[in-house]
Amino acid sequence: MSENQQSRRGAALRLTGVGRDFGANTVLRGVDLQVAAGEFVAIIGRSGCGKSTLLRLLAGLDQPTRGRIALGTGEAAGSARIMFQEPRLLPWARVVENVEVGVSEAEAPATRRARALALLGEVGLADRAEEWPGVLSGGQRQRVALARALASRPELLLLDEPLGALDALTRIEMQRLLERIWQHQGFTAVLVTHDVSEALALADRVVLIDRGTIALDLRVDVPRPRRRDRPELGAMEEQILDRLFDGATTGPATAAA
Amino acid sequence: MTTTTTSVLPVEARRDEAAPRREVPAWLKGSRRWLADAGTGWLLPFGLLAVWEAAARLDLLAETILPAPSAVLLAAWTLLLKGELLTHIGVSGARALAGFAVGGLIGFGLGLANGLSAASRTLTDTTLQMIRNVPHLALVPLVIIWFGIDEGAKLFLVALGVFFPIYVNTLLGILTVDPQLIEMGRAYGMSNTALFRRVLLPGALPSIFVGVRYGLGIMWLTLIVAETIAASSGLGYMAMQAREFLLVDIVVLAIIIYALLGKLADSVARALERRCLQWHPSFRSS
Repeated sequence: MSENQQSRRGAALRLTGVGRDFGANTVLRGVDLQVAAGEFVAIIGRSGCGKSTLLRLLAGLDQPTRGRIALGTGEAAGSARIMFQEPRLLPWARVVENVEVGVSEAEAPATRRARALALLGEVGLADRAEEWPGVLSGGQRQRVALARALASRPELLLLDEPLGALDALTRIEMQRLLERIWQHQGFTAVLVTHDVSEALALADRVVLIDRGTIALDLRVDVPRPRRRDRPELGAMEEQILDRLFDGATTGPATAAA
Repeated sequence: MTTTTTSVLPVEARRDEAAPRREVPAWLKGSRRWLADAGTGWLLPFGLLAVWEAAARLDLLAETILPAPSAVLLAAWTLLLKGELLTHIGVSGARALAGFAVGGLIGFGLGLANGLSAASRTLTDTTLQMIRNVPHLALVPLVIIWFGIDEGAKLFLVALGVFFPIYVNTLLGILTVDPQLIEMGRAYGMSNTALFRRVLLPGALPSIFVGVRYGLGIMWLTLIVAETIAASSGLGYMAMQAREFLLVDIVVLAIIIYALLGKLADSVARALERRCLQWHPSFRSS
């Protein structure tokens, strides 16, 4: 439906009645969500709403208590990669070796190295390949982590607030890089964030999670690259924030009932 | 107890690294760097030697209490010519290394096993912690009964002494590897072997090196005690023989050689550390 449709590299994602309990505490209750191949979906919500839990379920780092998660078409499972909030680079491996972690170990060493170098070029860090991660800036480390996440050519990229710790300028730069690479590679992307404007800048759809279930599913039909001052984006931001604060006022009463 | 030791060593290493970086006037830089490189640490021992020599020459020190460094050097030369000195050093060195290898490998192996497997840890850690609290030198009488004054006795004591610092620090190193990195490794499809080789072992390595350096210290200590109490060759035996005949110069020589060997072992460990931990901020050269 949006301009990334020319690409067929992404995998479709379908969640049916997904729930997750931690002991007596229900974090997710009956989440139904369909994401088309190549779509960029942002999941937002307040702290503790279950959005990170949902992402960990999608990444296979955790199993749902109820419901089904299907990735890819039919029985052919797609490949997913997660990019964490922190870069999580191995401090004892050179930058290029860190990117190689993302390439399948079945590949020949020369192939892995070549793939890693190509991806470093794509995130603009080709000249830092032989450095230790410790000497890079926060933004550069997150770019290495992005290269590592993309190194296996995933069909689904999961982003767990990867830009949350960056300063405002680096953050905008990273958003543009992410958008460009996504348009170029055509993978399906699910971004968890609590920054509404970031969600609106990047996503085809914004999904709001409140008290463990989907409270709002909003399509963002604004052509890319998006300018931040577009009136439609402002209106949608208002709508989402209203829904968030609405949830806040009725929240405690519902929880007590 | 061991945690204190763990934190002491890296701090010391870091201080050494930081010292040459302090601001120094340009004209001093050349000589300062030379001193730092060639080992400012050696200034003090050589200064003490000079004072000692002067005191002996001025008859402030009786020769039966502490002979002059030159006399010790002469004794070293004489023993070297007789071939005795190298034999004793060789025997002691071989014992030290054999004990270190046996104790270190067992400690490393058990540390890895208990770090990686909760089952193994539950099974053995309590026992090991109990044995750890017995000073291994308290076993000397028992060891003499078991092994006599054979090589077995020395090997057993050194291995036992070296075992614990390496075991404890390997275990600690594996257990304190950043869980976020382990999760990343699993999420990125690393096999268990790859996870161990790329995440767990390199993550534990700084701690393991602390254990190795601490173990080297225990190695010499144990060997000296063992050789002094029961041996028929080696540096400790040489010193005890010399004591019988009141050859104070040879006693002092043995002590100095122990100090030099200890320093040598530590330097080798540090060089290895520097090579393996290049990524670590404390060891980064540039």
